[in-house]
Amino acid sequence: MEQIPILRIGRCLLVTIQVDMHDRLAMALQDDLTEKIVATRARGVLIDISALEVVDSFIGRTLNNIAAMARVLDAQTVVVGMRPAVAITLVELGLSLSGVKTALDVDKGMALISRLIDGSVASADARREG
Amino acid sequence: MADAGRSPLLEIVEGNRSQLLESWVAHQLGSGSGQMRESEIREQSSRFLEEFRSALRSGAGGDAEGPSWQRVKEVLAEVSRTRTAEGFTPSQTAMFVFSIKEPLFRMLRAAVPDGAQLAEEIWKTTVLLDRLGLYTTELYQKTREEVIRRQQLELLELSTPVVELWDGILALPIIGTLDSERTQTVMENLLQRIVDAGAEIAIIDITGVPTVDTLVAQHLIKTISAARLMGADCIISGIRPQIAQTIVHLGLQLDVVSKATMADAFALALKRTGQRIGRSGPAQA
Amino acid sequence: MRVEKDELVPCRTADDIVRVRKEVRARTVALGFTLVDQTKLVTAASEIARNTVEHGGGGIVRLQVVNDGVRNGLRLVFEDRGPGIRDIALAMSDRYSTGTGLGLGLSGAKRLSQDFSIDSKPGEGTTVVLGRWK
Repeated sequence: MEQIPILRIGRCLLVTIQVDMHDRLAMALQDDLTEKIVATRARGVLIDISALEVVDSFIGRTLNNIAAMARVLDAQTVVVGMRPAVAITLVELGLSLSGVKTALDVDKGMALISRLIDGSVASADARREG
Repeated sequence: MADAGRSPLLEIVEGNRSQLLESWVAHQLGSGSGQMRESEIREQSSRFLEEFRSALRSGAGGDAEGPSWQRVKEVLAEVSRTRTAEGFTPSQTAMFVFSIKEPLFRMLRAAVPDGAQLAEEIWKTTVLLDRLGLYTTELYQKTREEVIRRQQLELLELSTPVVELWDGILALPIIGTLDSERTQTVMENLLQRIVDAGAEIAIIDITGVPTVDTLVAQHLIKTISAARLMGADCIISGIRPQIAQTIVHLGLQLDVVSKATMADAFALALKRTGQRIGRSGPAQA
Repeated sequence: MRVEKDELVPCRTADDIVRVRKEVRARTVALGFTLVDQTKLVTAASEIARNTVEHGGGGIVRLQVVNDGVRNGLRLVFEDRGPGIRDIALAMSDRYSTGTGLGLGLSGAKRLSQDFSIDSKPGEGTTVVLGRWK
């Protein structure tokens, strides 16, 4: 079965989604990531969805779940590169992904994760999420 | 085909075509189509007669409906298009078809001696030509609507400039009333610019917006949510006192960072992106 | 309204959901929809296709290019012979969910389409129609 590759960069795991994800693939990604977080003791997860042309409620929920599971495992998740049309559609769909942090691209996402791990903004964000 | 069944109208259009064309063109030239060149009128009229004849010959019904009339309508569409482009009024455009009546009826009178039959023929012909004439008017209207729609779009784009204030900071000054369609254009435009500029902060300034109703507020909130999903933050500035009151009275949750003026919003944006601007010179040191 | 093209795509498995998204995208591109309109309709189709597969026990989608005299549009008709929906009003409400979803399927798809209708009889199946105009 096809699989979405997970790369490790320092304290981070980087996932670049490049195919139109079917539901099984999304579920497999969720499993793989949680296992990899524990195995590598990663502190951050960066999910690049800049190639995704569609994010429906299932994929949105998967992203939300990954972020929630990672948080339990003490890792920060940042979703980067969402396209404008996808963002507009998600909002209209009624999905705000409030549990997921976002950044414009991989570089900015990496910087955000570093700041989050180093705790400079972690406490403020924790308050906002609460 | 029995010859007796051939309609006098078809006889004229077949047999006296050049004569009909001449008097029709002359008629058009004499009545208000002066803006157009004779050659053009002649060319369009001739093509119309050609297709009109084919349609009649194929035994098409006199209701101007059906596939046989398609070619005739194509010629009329062309006529309507060129005349609209040249600024003709709808009646001037429709006159193209209506002006054939006089020469045509004159010829019918000569061809049909029997009074009752003549009345019948004229009635059928006039119904047919009226339909074709109305068709040009409908087309005219459609063409105009298309022009208006395109202009609206252009206006929308013109009226929502997104400017880059500083590295990574965009500003969108909105001026005028926000309706649903305009807000959508504004939204798409802003989000695209966020991607293009790699901007982390966008300032939406609504100083120039006279009123904010529930729908507009919702659109603003959606824009801000979409920007957040992409990884950018929005700051709203220039909320006028009445608008602040409206927002509270409508019970809207405008859960965003807002600043009184664009300058305040800009200062906050600089701080958030870790940038600063200062006066040069000794005072700075 | 005139149906100018009518094509049938199966919607039985999870893989078919991806296929429906692809087919709908291709039609919206051919019709000249804006990128945002394309994405909205493809996403709505994905939601309803998933419902058809998961709750309706599989079915079909008709992709219809329609014309109302002025505009072209795309109409998607999802049909299944599943258990049906007993209370449509309840199923249409936000956050309502029978499965593990967020319950945004039907209501979200409605918000993303310009035309939306649903017809269902318990024990006989469900038909959902989505439409968007150029």
